[in-house]
Amino acid sequence: MSKNGPVSAFHRLRRRYGNTMIVALALVVMAVLVNVTPLKEQTWLRVLFGISALNFTLRATVPLVLGALSGILCERSGIINIGIEGMMLAGAFAGFVAKTSTNHWPLAASLIFSVVAAVAVGGLMGAVHALFSIRFRMDQIISGTVIIILALGTTSYLYNRDAIAEGKFSSIPIPGLAHIPVIGPVLFDNPPITYLALIMVVVVHLGLFYTRWGLRTRAVGEHPRAADTVGINVNRYRYINTSLGGMLAGLAGAFLVLEAVGQFQEGMTAGRGFISLAAMIFGNWNPVGALGAATLFGYTQALQNELLLAGVTQVPRQFISMLPYVVTIVAVSGLVGRVRPPAAEGKVYETEGSA
Amino acid sequence: MRRPVLATASPTTGIARTLRALLIPSLALLAALLAGAVVMILSGDDPMAAYGGLFKGAFGDGKGWARTIRKTIPFVLTGLSVALAFKVSLFNIGASGQFVMGSVFAVAVGINFEGLPVYVHLPLALIAGIAGGLLWGAIPGILKVYTGAHEVIVTIMLNYVASLLGGWTVYAGGTQGQTPGPLWDRTAGAISETPDVLHSAQIPWLFGPPYRVHYGVFLALAAAILVWWLIFKTPLGFEMRTVGHNMRAARYAGIRVNFTIILTMALAGGLAGLAGAIETLGLNHKFAPEFGGAVGFDGITVALLGQTHPIGVLLAAFMFGALDGGAATMQFESGVPADIIQIIQALVLAFVAAPLIIRLIFRLRPQSQEDAGSAVSTSWGGT
Amino acid sequence: MTEAQPAQARQPGAGAPKLEALGITKLFPGVVANKDIDLTLHEGEILALLGENGAGKSTLMNIIYGLYQPTEGQIRVDGSPVVMHSPRDAIDLGIGMVHQHFQLVPVMSVVDNIMLGSETVDRGLLDRQGVSARIQELSQRYNMAVDPNSIIEDLPVGVQQRVEILKALYRNAEILILDEPTSVLTPQEIEGLFEVMELLRSQGKSIIFITHKLKEVLRIADRIAVLRRGEMVGEADPAAASQENLAALMVGRKVTLEVEKEPASAGDVLLQLRDIDAYTDLGEPALRSVSLDVRAGEIVGVAGVQGNGQTELVEVVTGLRPAAGGSVLINSVDMTNASPRRITEEGAICHVPEDRHMYGMVDAYSVADNLVLSSYYKKPFSSGLTMNQQAIAQHAEELVARFDVRTPSVRASGASLSGGNQQKMVVAREFGRPIRLLVAAQPTRGIDVGSIEFIHSQIVAKRDEGIAVLLVSYELDEIMALSDRIAVMFHGRISAILPRGQATREKIGLLMAGVSVEDETNAL
Repeated sequence: MSKNGPVSAFHRLRRRYGNTMIVALALVVMAVLVNVTPLKEQTWLRVLFGISALNFTLRATVPLVLGALSGILCERSGIINIGIEGMMLAGAFAGFVAKTSTNHWPLAASLIFSVVAAVAVGGLMGAVHALFSIRFRMDQIISGTVIIILALGTTSYLYNRDAIAEGKFSSIPIPGLAHIPVIGPVLFDNPPITYLALIMVVVVHLGLFYTRWGLRTRAVGEHPRAADTVGINVNRYRYINTSLGGMLAGLAGAFLVLEAVGQFQEGMTAGRGFISLAAMIFGNWNPVGALGAATLFGYTQALQNELLLAGVTQVPRQFISMLPYVVTIVAVSGLVGRVRPPAAEGKVYETEGSA
Repeated sequence: MRRPVLATASPTTGIARTLRALLIPSLALLAALLAGAVVMILSGDDPMAAYGGLFKGAFGDGKGWARTIRKTIPFVLTGLSVALAFKVSLFNIGASGQFVMGSVFAVAVGINFEGLPVYVHLPLALIAGIAGGLLWGAIPGILKVYTGAHEVIVTIMLNYVASLLGGWTVYAGGTQGQTPGPLWDRTAGAISETPDVLHSAQIPWLFGPPYRVHYGVFLALAAAILVWWLIFKTPLGFEMRTVGHNMRAARYAGIRVNFTIILTMALAGGLAGLAGAIETLGLNHKFAPEFGGAVGFDGITVALLGQTHPIGVLLAAFMFGALDGGAATMQFESGVPADIIQIIQALVLAFVAAPLIIRLIFRLRPQSQEDAGSAVSTSWGGT
Repeated sequence: MTEAQPAQARQPGAGAPKLEALGITKLFPGVVANKDIDLTLHEGEILALLGENGAGKSTLMNIIYGLYQPTEGQIRVDGSPVVMHSPRDAIDLGIGMVHQHFQLVPVMSVVDNIMLGSETVDRGLLDRQGVSARIQELSQRYNMAVDPNSIIEDLPVGVQQRVEILKALYRNAEILILDEPTSVLTPQEIEGLFEVMELLRSQGKSIIFITHKLKEVLRIADRIAVLRRGEMVGEADPAAASQENLAALMVGRKVTLEVEKEPASAGDVLLQLRDIDAYTDLGEPALRSVSLDVRAGEIVGVAGVQGNGQTELVEVVTGLRPAAGGSVLINSVDMTNASPRRITEEGAICHVPEDRHMYGMVDAYSVADNLVLSSYYKKPFSSGLTMNQQAIAQHAEELVARFDVRTPSVRASGASLSGGNQQKMVVAREFGRPIRLLVAAQPTRGIDVGSIEFIHSQIVAKRDEGIAVLLVSYELDEIMALSDRIAVMFHGRISAILPRGQATREKIGLLMAGVSVEDETNAL
C-alpha cells in the first residue's frame, strides 16, 4: 500500500529494534535495584537478580549472542543457517585439539592459537555450508542439518578421551570500570572472549548498517536480482558472509572450551546453536536485538543454575532444566507479523540466463 | 521468454522411473562409503577391515540378520515420520522427542492394567504410544499455524523437553529427598528406570532369543504401505501434497491449509511415537532415559535417502539398519570407532540432498528439475 | 503492411549511432529467444521496441544490459565493439535500465537503493548525506521530485519508477532502456513520464522504450522497431504508421483491436458488497468501506493502479482474506468470511487468480491434476476414500480439447506449458463448471495476443450466458474493452462507478490518481 505515514513508521521502528532490548534493560534495572538496596536481604530476589545470577547470565549469553550474530551474517545475505550448532561444535573441538597439542606452549600463546584454530574451522564449516547451498543448490535447511550431523559424527570419531586441555582464559578486570558497583563485577571483570563478543555486536551492527559491505549484504539478502542488476556479485557476498558467520560460530565454540568449561565434551553445545537461531529471530535479525534476546535466554539458563544451587527441591530438577527450552518456544511463538526475515532467504539465486 | 512446449516427451514407463529414482540414492551411498574409507585412511584405520567387519556384523549370520532387521524397524517409522512431513514442506526434526513420548506413553500403559488379555492390552499400549507421539507432533503444528513459530526450532526444543520429561517420569529421586518420578520402578534402587512391561503388553517374538526379532517388523511394513496409500491414493493425500507444493494455491483451491499442517505434524509425530512404542514393547520392555534420542537425526537421512517415498524409506531404513547392525562388530574386529558410521550417514545425507555433487563425481548428465532436492527452506515465520 | 526497411538506416535529424546490436542470436534450452537481430539506437532519439509478450524484447534488452551473453552477435557502443560480462560492464559503458519489475529493495531507503553498487564511502562509512545531495540535484534537473530518505515500500509505484530512472542517471547513463514503463501508471502519469523522456532526449540521452502498447509508441517514439517471435520483423516511422498496421506487424496477422460484444442485459444483483473493510498482511488498511454490486449478465471492471486494494477486494470476495467490516452477499446469501470452499460451492463462484503461479496452479502437478485442483474431492474424481485417476484424466482430455490448451499430454507438468496455455488451463478449470459469478483478476497478464483474444471472448460469452463478472485489471485498455460498468479504486476506496458510455480514459485516469470527479469537472 502506499503512504500511511505514522503507521508504517511505527512498523519500521518495531521491525528494526524489536522488543527484546526492553526485556534486557528491565533485567539490568532490577539487578541494580536489588544489589544496591536492602532488597538483597530477600533470598528470592537474590536468587533471581544477585551478582552471581548476572554473571551466569553473561556467561550463558556469550555463546548465544555469537551464534545469533553468526546467523545474522548468513541470513542477512540470504542463506539460512540452521547449522550453527554444528559449526559451534566443530569450533569447540578444533579449539580443544589445538589446545591439547600446544599444552607445552606458554598459556597465552597456546590459548590464542586455539582460538584461531576454532575460528578457522568454524569458518571452514561455514564455507562448506555455502558451497552446498550455492554451488550444489542443496536445500539450505538440509545443508545445515548435514553440517550438524557431520560435526557430531566427526568430533565423536576423532575425540580422544584421554586428552586434557591445561588452562583456560581467566578474567581481565578493566582498570577503573571494574570497581563500579554491580555493573563493574558483571560487565568489566571478564575473560577476553566475553569482551570480544560484546564488541562484535557493535561491529556487526555498524558494519551492516553503515558500510558498503553491509549495504550490499542486506541488498543481496532482500532482493538479489536488484543487487545483480547494479553489478554486485550476489553469490560472492553469500560465500563471504556465510564463512564469516561460521567463524563467529567457531568463536562461540572456542568460548565454550577455552573460557567457560576448559575441556571438550561430546555434544557440549547442547542446543545452544538452535537457541541462538531463536535469539536471531526474536531479535529481528538485528545485532542489538539479538543481544537482547540472547540475554533473555541466557538469563533463563542462569536461573536454572541459581535455582538448583539454591537447593530448590519442590520442583523436580528436570522441570527447572526445561526452562531455557520452554522459554525459547514461547519466544518464537507469538511473533506473527512482528518479525520480518530477509525476503530472499533460503532461495538459490541464478540469473535467468544461466538456467 | 517463451517456454519449451514439447520438452517432456521422454518415455516414462514405471520401470525406467523406478530405476532412475534408485540411481542417485545408490550412488550417494557408494560415494559416502568411499569417502568414509578416505577418512579412515587419513586417520590411520584400515577401511577394508572395517567394511569387512561391518558386512559380517550385519549379514554374516542369523544373528547379524536379526540385528539388522531389529535396527531397521525404528528407522522405517522415523523415516516415514520425516518423509510424510516433507511431503507437506514441513521439516520434522522432532522425531526423537516424539519417539521418547511414544515410549513413555506406551510403557505407562504397558506396566499397568494387570490382567488384561494380550489382544486388548497390547493394542492399547501401542495406541497410547501413537497418541504420545501424536501429541508431541501436534504441538509444533499448532504453534506454526496459530503463532507462526517455525517448526524446526520448536521441534528441536521439544526434543530436549521430551528427553527431560522422559527422564523425570522414571527419576529415582535425589539424595536431597526429591520426589521420584511416577513411572519409576521402586525395586530398582538408585537406578532411574521403569519396571518391565507386563507380558500382556509385550510384542511377541517372531524369532525368540538369541535372535530377538519381534512382530513389530510387520507393523513397520504396514505403516509404510499405509503412508504410501494415504499420500498417493486419497483425497487427503492430494490435499497434503498440494499444501506442500504451493500453500497459496491450496488455500485458493479451498483446502483447509491450517488443518492439513496440524494433521500432518500430528501424524508424523504418531509415526515416530509408534517407533518408540514398538521399541519399548517389543525389545527393551522398559523405559530408561538413555533409550530416547538414539534415533536423533537418522529419520531425516533415511527419509531423504528414500527420496521421501514410503517404499524408498523402507529400502533406506534397511541400509541404515545394516550400517548400525554391523557397527559394533566392525569396531570389535577392526578397532575402527563405530562413530565412523555417523560420518558415513552424514555424507549419505549430503550426497543425496545435493544430487549435483553425485552427478559431478560420477559424471552423469544433468537432469532437469527433478534433481532439485525437497524444498523445505521456508523462512522463519514472519508474515 | 509496410515491408521492413534495413534496420541500420539513418533517420534524418538523429545523431550518430550510439548503440548497435548486430546479428544477435540467443538460444535457451529448447527456445530461440532472439534470432539474428539488428538494432541501432542513435544519439538523442527515442526508439520504441514493440512486440507482444514473449516476443523476445526483454531477452534482447538483458543482453544489451549485460545480464545475458548472446549466443552469437556483437554489441557496439559509440562505434566500438564491447563485450559485457555483467551489468557492471554495461553501467560502466553508460547503459542504464529501468526494469519492468522494479529492481529496488523494498525495505531500504531511496538513498540506499540509488547508491547500491556505486557507493560513496567516507572513512569506511557510507556517505549518505553526500549522495542525498546529488539525488536532489538530479531530481531537480530532470523534474522528478522524490524524498531521498523515504523507504521504497512506502512510495507509490509512480514514484518508485522515478527512483529507478534516477538510479540510472546517478550512474551517468547516456543510454536508457525503459522496459514496459507505462504498465503500472495512470494515463496522466504516463504523460508525465513522456515529458521526462522528452526532457532527457533534449539533454542528449538516448532511450530505448519497450512496450506492447500501440498508442504510446505513436505518441512518443522517433522510430519504431517491431519484434515478433524473436525476430526483427520490421521498422516503422511513427508519422506514417497506424495502430492497425503496427498491430498486424507485431502479431503477424490481422488483429481486431476491439472486443466485439453486444450491449449487456443486466439481471438481478448476484454479488453485493456493503462497506467492506480489510487489512493487508502487514496490518495496514487495504479496503475502506467498499460497496459494489455486480448483476447477472454484466461485466463490472475494477480499474486502478496496482496496490490500491484490488488484490484484497478479490480475496475478500473469494474468502481468501477476512473482511474486518461490512458484508458480502452472493445471490442474497450472506457469505461474509465464509470459507473459500463454501463460497465456491454455494456461491457457484469461479476465480481466475491474479498470479497463476502463486495461486492458480501447482507447477509440479500434471495438467490433469491441475484441472481438478478445485474439484478433486467430488465425485467422480474421488469416492471419498480414494481418488479415481481415470476420471481425472478423462475430465482433463475433455477440457484440454474444449479450451484449446496446447499440451503434449494431460500427464505433462503444468510448468512445462507456455504462459498462455497455463492461463488457458486455469480458465478451463474455472469456466468448465457450472457457475453464476465469475471473478477474474488480471486474466491476460503476460500472455500472447492469441490467448488474450481467446480469454476475452470466453469472458464475454460467460456474460452473455447471464453470469455476473467482476473483472480486475491494471491494464486500462482491458477494462475499457470488456466492461459494462467501471469502478475505479484508489487507496482502498471505490472512488467512482461509471457506466461504460460515460467513461473516458482521461476521466478514469484522474480517478485512478485520486482526483475526485468534481475537481475534474471543474477543471474542464
